Amino acid sequence: MSSPLLLHAESIAKSFSGVPALVDGSLALRAGTVHALCGGNGAGKSTLLNVLMGILKRDAGTIRMEGREVQFDDPHDALNAGVAIISQELEPVPDMSVAENIYLGREPRRRFGLIDHRAMREQAAELLESLGLNLAPDAKLGSLSIADMQMVEIARAISRDARVIIMDEPTSAIGERETELLFTAIERLKARGTGIIYVSHRMNELYRIADDYTIMRDGAYIESGAMADIDRRRLITTVLGKELDEEFAKFNAPGDNTLLEVDGYSRGSAFRDVSLHLKSGEILGIFGLMGSGRSEFLDALFGASPADQGEARLDGNNYRPCRPADAMRAGFAYVTEDRKGSGLVMDASIKRNVTLASIPEVARSGLISEPSENRATLPFVDKLQIKASSVDMPVKQMSGGNQQKVVLAKWLQTDPRILMLDEPTRGVDVGAKREIYAFMSEFARDDRAIIMTSSEIPEVLGMSDRVIVFRKGRVSGELSGDELTQENLVRLSS
Amino acid sequence: MPQPTSLISSDPAPKDNAHRSLATFMSDYGIVVAFIVLCAVLSVVSPYFLGVNNLLNVLRQVSINGVLAIGMTFVILTRGIDLSVGSVMAFAAMVAASFAGTSAGYPLILPILLGLGAGLALGCVNGVMVARFAIPPFVMTLGMLSMARGLTYIYSDGMPISSLSSSFLWLGQGMVAGIPVPVLLFAMVFALAWFTLRYTAFGRYVYAVGGNPAASRLSGIDVRRITFAVYAISGILCGLAGLMIAARTSAALPQAGVAYELDAIAAVVIGGTSLAGGKGRIVGTLFGVLIIGVINNGLDLLGVSSFYQQLVKGAIIVVAVMLDRSRLSNA
Repeated sequence: MSSPLLLHAESIAKSFSGVPALVDGSLALRAGTVHALCGGNGAGKSTLLNVLMGILKRDAGTIRMEGREVQFDDPHDALNAGVAIISQELEPVPDMSVAENIYLGREPRRRFGLIDHRAMREQAAELLESLGLNLAPDAKLGSLSIADMQMVEIARAISRDARVIIMDEPTSAIGERETELLFTAIERLKARGTGIIYVSHRMNELYRIADDYTIMRDGAYIESGAMADIDRRRLITTVLGKELDEEFAKFNAPGDNTLLEVDGYSRGSAFRDVSLHLKSGEILGIFGLMGSGRSEFLDALFGASPADQGEARLDGNNYRPCRPADAMRAGFAYVTEDRKGSGLVMDASIKRNVTLASIPEVARSGLISEPSENRATLPFVDKLQIKASSVDMPVKQMSGGNQQKVVLAKWLQTDPRILMLDEPTRGVDVGAKREIYAFMSEFARDDRAIIMTSSEIPEVLGMSDRVIVFRKGRVSGELSGDELTQENLVRLSS
Repeated sequence: MPQPTSLISSDPAPKDNAHRSLATFMSDYGIVVAFIVLCAVLSVVSPYFLGVNNLLNVLRQVSINGVLAIGMTFVILTRGIDLSVGSVMAFAAMVAASFAGTSAGYPLILPILLGLGAGLALGCVNGVMVARFAIPPFVMTLGMLSMARGLTYIYSDGMPISSLSSSFLWLGQGMVAGIPVPVLLFAMVFALAWFTLRYTAFGRYVYAVGGNPAASRLSGIDVRRITFAVYAISGILCGLAGLMIAARTSAALPQAGVAYELDAIAAVVIGGTSLAGGKGRIVGTLFGVLIIGVINNGLDLLGVSSFYQQLVKGAIIVVAVMLDRSRLSNA
């Protein structure tokens, strides 16, 4: 390791009411590098990051910045010392401008404490320009895309002279083009000597931008090294602590029955003239960039925001959903891409979430009892291998993978025939991803089928029998068999 | 975050039981403990406090706020608020009283139905505007607070209605087996609400809609209908409270129930129901109502002026929520 250590955490330990979450967290970040922090759910990554950010107090261990020992008692200390985080949950003020957000709390002042708007705008413009971002300092933050908001967060971190930037799943909510912008920004940051701790479940990204890696498992440091020295397979097995089977367990086979036909579906400017069909036993992939209309199309098929033109037939009968309840009666289930926003009641327990879509069935003559809820929940918890201490545990305390399984359990409870999955493995760790793939293969048989959208190309290629590509709200092509290649997907979608 | 490692089994996890059970007990029953401590203190400082008559008196005094607070709990569980309860109650009282005069000679059922109906009707207006036209609950019910008060004055021409029939007065002043009728009504409403929230599908929907409206909608729940229903429930309970207050005070006053919404909201909040929706229990509201009642009564017994009572009550609300917050962040 040639460049000096920017941040060095050693043997960090942290317990919660006696339960150790982190026993030996260690990480050595060099200046001007991207450091991948890898580990499955429960590996202690978040705990370590929270300690580094001063959100949690460590029980033991040392943190050094450029050789000097530091003690962060709250996020403010960490920020002042030059450690910033870009997290999955962005916290911007939507009604304020880009410039106001960047300088929030540190606005340039004129006399009498008045805010110097002109100076603020100019500084913001300069900063955005230096990062190669084409954003107007006056634009309302709320009008920007998630990716642009993320860029503003990065600009904010840099404006605070952050030497260390923690990026926790930065690409989970943005599309391919935006990811490229982010990577360009990261390159610039590296050139300035900033160190980046990067957490992502997406292997492709890690191999593209990370220089070093640290693997954690069960709250402890396992190993670290240069990204170039570890191959994908060894990285995964080290993260999981065991050998893995084939990544995409796929053993479904499409049948001959046409389950669903969609003809000329359109809604406003979201998507136009979409026609497709779905066969029994099939996993149909829908691929498209962010904003290509793929999620809106699924919304329409589920009756969440109905199509205003076109028609659909289910088993040859007219299918015209006006609300989700119509779609559910017809046998549809819909796992949305936004687990927290529209999938789960985060404060509620596992069993309340699992029974959410089937309350009338769980209730006998209108009444629900705890035993009947448990009876309804436990089989699915077992089937999907949901890990939790009890079904009364609030889902907000669970990892992403387990939360996703709770959403799946909710829909299995309704005994659906057509399962629509929008980004089925977003924010889900490698181990749980495989379990979800295996579940999908098992689901898609007999007279059942899956429609899946995903922006992860390997997932689309690995799991779909056939792929419909969306571009700007229209179907730009259909791929199956040998045509199903990364090049074709990229060509048709952009 | 401590990560759970064991798969769920039907056996309860043996680990950490003692620690967890105390924490669970305090989070579930902290308010009960607070109530008992409060009563213990009051029984020491005032010899009258524990007398049967005084306790019945406390219950009688809290029953009207209790009925309003129960409706408020449903509304707040869905992330809403109902600021109009005091005015709607006054309007319902006025409508009922106008058919309950000694001279009018209508059967008792008529003022009861009309009182409940008046409350329900205004509650439905709140419900439609919030659920169908997406008017923020704070704004809609603030408007209703003023509109219902206006309707009360218009309907009564600003005059109180008194000399009510004795059968009607029984609703507020009668006794059954030594227990005041208003207390029985409150107990019935409480039992019904407790059962509804705990055991019925509708109860689950209320929690789900408050917890995450988007996820509820996509899970096939008719979010608008549930939202409408909670305001209707609050409305009909305002109607009931209106009957109770007119019968207890032997008159319907156009200015009755001013600021009653504050005590109802306070009881719900002290009872641990989150204003952010989706979390809370009707038992908590019961104790919130009792705590407010006991504080008022205790301060009365101690001869503390009503000016100070306001101050103390307000401080207790803030402290209760503060304790709740610190409990949550330690959990």
